[in-house]
Amino acid sequence: MNMRTPLSRARGLGSAKTGTDHWWAQRLTALALVPLTIWFVVSMILVTSADHAAAVDFISSPINSILLILLVIATFHHGQLGLQVVIEDYIHLKWLEVSLIIAVKGAAVFLGVASVYAVIAIALT
Amino acid sequence: MATDNRPLSPHLQVYRPQLTSVLSILHRATGILLTIGTLLLVWWLIAVAAGPTAFDTVQNFIGSIIGQILLLGWCFAFYYHMCNGIRHLVWDTGRGFELTAAYTSGWLVVAASVALTAFSWIAGYATLRGL
Repeated sequence: MNMRTPLSRARGLGSAKTGTDHWWAQRLTALALVPLTIWFVVSMILVTSADHAAAVDFISSPINSILLILLVIATFHHGQLGLQVVIEDYIHLKWLEVSLIIAVKGAAVFLGVASVYAVIAIALT
Repeated sequence: MATDNRPLSPHLQVYRPQLTSVLSILHRATGILLTIGTLLLVWWLIAVAAGPTAFDTVQNFIGSIIGQILLLGWCFAFYYHMCNGIRHLVWDTGRGFELTAAYTSGWLVVAASVALTAFSWIAGYATLRGL
């Protein structure tokens, strides 16, 4: 039996069909971050004593540039998804909740792009 | 409609903390800290791009006592969030929800995070000394 009103059926609007997108993106970025972060931590241990020239050498190697850019994108995407849920759970003032989510997402995009730009700038010098 | 005045289910404070609940909130806390901690990576990358002077400033900060404490905290938060995140991914497949399994995996996560943090710091200081 279809419980929907004729008007609702005619409009054809149902679920947005993207209900699990947030959850799924969080899992996918989590999965990507396991190898990326392990690579990053091991690399950072190996370049602990690096001076500026050595750091430039490390970042500008093509494979390291690519992995660093992927790491930054996955990290900020995963981070802003997580902070969004935390804000939604604990902030009950609607205007503050929305403002904070916009601020977090804006900051994630800005910092992510800044980091990617830095990696490319280092790699191309 | 007033939604801020409704009775709440029993307050969290009346529950005795258990491993499962403590690890759960710790996952959130470390997630927040790690996102903030990523600022250090951003700063480091921009400093390398900016040149040796800016790079030395970051390196001096990381090498200072405060920097080392923050880095140690970041390191543990990272390993904890990663290990517990893998635990969550396993749960997502519908496995490991039995009480004994949840406790075993919980202690496993704690032990792995401490061990990996210790190992990383020993390795880091060994590289620093050129060993």
